[in-house]
Amino acid sequence: MADPIVIAEGLHKSFGDTQALRGLDLSVPKGTVCGVLGPNGAGKTTVVRILATLSDPDAGYARIAGYDVVREAGQVRARIGLAGQYAAVDEKLTGRGNLRMFGRLYHLSRREAHRRADELLDRFGLMEAADRQVAGYSGGMRRRLDLITSLILRPEVLFLDEPTTGLDPRSRGEIWDSLRELVADGTTVLLTTQYLDEADQLADDIAVIDHGQVIATGTPDELKATIGDRLDVVLEDPAALGPAATTLNALAGTDPTKTGADQLSVALPGGGFRLADIVRELDRAGVAAADVRLRRPTLDEVFLRLTDRKETVR
Amino acid sequence: MTALTPPLGHRLRWTFADGLTLVGRELGRLRQNPGELVAALIFPVIMVVLFGYVFGSAIQVPGGGDYREYLMPGLFSMVTFSAVMAVMTRMATDASRGVMDRFRSMPMARLAVPFGQTGADSLVGLLMLAIMVGAGLLVGWQPHHGLIPTAQAFLLMIVLRYALSWVGVYVGLAVKNEQVADAMVPLFLPFTMLSNAFVPTGGMPGWLRFLADWNPVSALTAATRELFGNPGVTSGDVAWPLAHPVTVVLLWSAALLLVFVPLSLRAYKRRGR
Repeated sequence: MADPIVIAEGLHKSFGDTQALRGLDLSVPKGTVCGVLGPNGAGKTTVVRILATLSDPDAGYARIAGYDVVREAGQVRARIGLAGQYAAVDEKLTGRGNLRMFGRLYHLSRREAHRRADELLDRFGLMEAADRQVAGYSGGMRRRLDLITSLILRPEVLFLDEPTTGLDPRSRGEIWDSLRELVADGTTVLLTTQYLDEADQLADDIAVIDHGQVIATGTPDELKATIGDRLDVVLEDPAALGPAATTLNALAGTDPTKTGADQLSVALPGGGFRLADIVRELDRAGVAAADVRLRRPTLDEVFLRLTDRKETVR
Repeated sequence: MTALTPPLGHRLRWTFADGLTLVGRELGRLRQNPGELVAALIFPVIMVVLFGYVFGSAIQVPGGGDYREYLMPGLFSMVTFSAVMAVMTRMATDASRGVMDRFRSMPMARLAVPFGQTGADSLVGLLMLAIMVGAGLLVGWQPHHGLIPTAQAFLLMIVLRYALSWVGVYVGLAVKNEQVADAMVPLFLPFTMLSNAFVPTGGMPGWLRFLADWNPVSALTAATRELFGNPGVTSGDVAWPLAHPVTVVLLWSAALLLVFVPLSLRAYKRRGR
């Protein structure tokens, strides 16, 4: 693996009595996309704010490209881009006006700021709306403008705090496409999200955080492997739920989740389960199954398991 | 900061350059929305009509004279005071929409934002005053003492406006919330009307009169009436601030800057939320 370009060690941060971060460690290799996943209030935004020099940690340290986010904030700021949960642009200016202004504030020359604005507008499909006031943009267009504003300086590291929250599926897809292009250019991206499919789609590595700590890291596949395969059973008769649950419990060692009136789902520990054996066991218990499926877990299931929101049969 | 901090001259240059960019931003906003300037002036213009022609007929100008000539310096002061609300709203909007965070995460000069915002407000203030002067000339107001005192009067307004805009920076950064800032805008009314801008303070009850006499709006109004040669210049038994209005305006400006520039800069640079 390449050297980490983002390193955080033992980050602590409290707001009054609330401990937002309690010893968070994070490491992102250069040129990769790290998805920071967590429920609301897990500390995702706090991490991003610290890494983007907006907030100082109470304890611990973080470095971006080797520069300390507290003591060398100026160096860090010259190397990062930040796009937030809201479109942080001036609504009363045009799209082009915003990019030019921020370009000048990034200390580009007037000519360079103008050129870069046009280049970004063109590349990310906003050229047609370039001379319209941002107040008249759709939510997706604003978010895209916010995103490309953070790209003016070709940042080494791009922080995206829930970049698609509240967007319709089409706009989400457009942001994803834009992000894939950036990653192809070699930009390192740290992305926080509540959407597991987003992390699954975009991230090379995922850090799951809860209560201000990283509780699991790995590629999406590694994380899915940690909780084993998933067994879904659809019954012919809902009345057989009881015996079916008992059989599945015997196989998996845990109680299955009821996923529908006539459906059960359970995580299988480790590998080595064969579909034929499972069907035979159900048969022996007198359970008629309409469908039996052995599959990889979704990230949702991994996430629920890791963040300890227990699922049980009722 | 550390040894990596660039030299002071370099930093000053960028503070200035970034401040100018932000001034350009405000002018760009005005170019896109010229209506905002007009909207900001609707209220003072209504006051010209309402006081100049409706209530004014019942108000006795001390020492005699035309009420509309008496009124206009008061309205100029009112427009000057509006800097607090204008800058407060701008800062709070930027803070609540994440624009302030974007600025803070960029390698730009830290002090450029408050300095740029207050600088831009002074320019906008000049534009607004120019329009108000037009309105004043239309209703029969005019300066009587020649060029220099007239220029001094407008200079006083701009100096106090600049100082007041720093109050706006601080309050805007403190509330950080667009809605709260918007809700605070009407407070502008009691602040400006509790003064000698519309009526002489002599008829107010003692405690209220005390507040009105010491209101910077009163000092500015008294000072500009004097410099323009408009009626209502009080003489004899008046409160100290109104007997020395020019000095008092300058003192107020200095005091506001001394208090609110450091407070604002600290609030802007503070990290940790």
